[in-house]
Amino acid sequence: MADRNLEIELKLLIEAIYLKYSYDFREYSPASMKRRVLLALQQMRCDNVSALQRRILYDAAAFMELLQYLTIPVSEMFRDPGYFLALRQQVVPLLRTYPSLKVWIAGCSTGEEVYSLAILLREEGLLERTIIYATDINPRSLERARQGIFAIEHLRQYSENYRRAGGKGSLADYYTAAYDSAIMDKSLKDNVTFADHSLATDSVFSETQLISCRNVLIYFNKPLQDRAFGLFHESLCHRGFLGLGSKETVEFSGYASLYEPFDKQERIFRKL
Amino acid sequence: MNRELAGASLAGRQPPLEAVVIGTSAGGLGALSLLVDGLGAAFPLPLLVVQHVPADMPTQLAEIFGRKTALRVKEADDKEALQPATLYFAAPGYHLLLEGDRSLSLSQDEAVHFSRPSIDVLFESAADALGPAVAGILLTGANEDGAAGLEAIHRAGGLTIVQDPAEAEVDTMPRAALQRFAPDHILPLRNIHRLLRELE
Repeated sequence: MADRNLEIELKLLIEAIYLKYSYDFREYSPASMKRRVLLALQQMRCDNVSALQRRILYDAAAFMELLQYLTIPVSEMFRDPGYFLALRQQVVPLLRTYPSLKVWIAGCSTGEEVYSLAILLREEGLLERTIIYATDINPRSLERARQGIFAIEHLRQYSENYRRAGGKGSLADYYTAAYDSAIMDKSLKDNVTFADHSLATDSVFSETQLISCRNVLIYFNKPLQDRAFGLFHESLCHRGFLGLGSKETVEFSGYASLYEPFDKQERIFRKL
Repeated sequence: MNRELAGASLAGRQPPLEAVVIGTSAGGLGALSLLVDGLGAAFPLPLLVVQHVPADMPTQLAEIFGRKTALRVKEADDKEALQPATLYFAAPGYHLLLEGDRSLSLSQDEAVHFSRPSIDVLFESAADALGPAVAGILLTGANEDGAAGLEAIHRAGGLTIVQDPAEAEVDTMPRAALQRFAPDHILPLRNIHRLLRELE
């Protein structure tokens, strides 16, 4: 229905990205991909998708620029406070029973959720015996996550989220304000491993007790969602926890029968 | 541009319609209630609605309308296949997109016209996915979201209807569309409602 040539060009661009740079967007939901590519076209001043394709094939820096549009980071600290409250009140008591913990934040983007979870675990006395794996496909996002510096203008919202998420102190206890930035307490990331990992092409790297992957799967088509659910299932220990975004569920996937809803409202599932 | 209902009919259209997409913001609840009044299990199409609401305010649009209509009413879920006689509301905080395989997908990409869900995002994806087989309806609203999307539906050969700005509770949204292009119909709500009823 849509401009047939544009559809063909989009397919070719995605194939070219895969062949040249091994980033696999072939099973992303097409409608959002198209919007993102068209936005990149405008911003990168290319006349059409074929021109963009040629440019990124011959210019790795241009590809890195395009990647920023294809993996738009949208995140905030303690986003969906109810989710973090449920983790704190219902999941943490069960995590306490493990002598050591491994947590995987898949699609960690620029790190807001990493620091949120680290703060939560510290307040619950678990951070010292936890390793957090924070993974993403976008190296620039990972670098920003590693730096842990956020725009101060958002901190009011983050503080309010933190409070509603059951925070025990003040969010200000965990950052230093400098000019227009909030620099997160470095000790929060002592046990965090930031790593490049793709749910589309990579395999499982560790056993984990908790996986948090929120608002990542909505960008995948069903087969790719199932691939990701397969990785999560392989990684989670028996009775491990899987936390998803507020409009995501394991229920309609091929893995539905292997989980039970733990907190349906907050989209936390438990491996059977 | 027909100001009157004469000649307007959705039933005999070729290719037949596969979905109706509706966008509205301020004043939308009342307008939508009127629009879906009396529609029920015999309605042959899915209806997809973006109604602007504040993202941090939990809304019960699906619940409210579930009591008002015999249509099946639900908040749109990711990767859900479209069903007839069903009224889907875009979830607060997420864009709603229609895919070529007649399934829905969600995104948290940036707001468009300060709106997420955005009417433009739904309408443009519907134009891509269904072309002439989609009808787009733009109702009362206080910003310009939806005008570009409705024009995209128009360009793709779909049917476009704009609520008559003279009766719209807030006319910014319908007027923004009329400034861009001439839709198939500019009608008061009761006539848009009649067009929908004819489809049953």
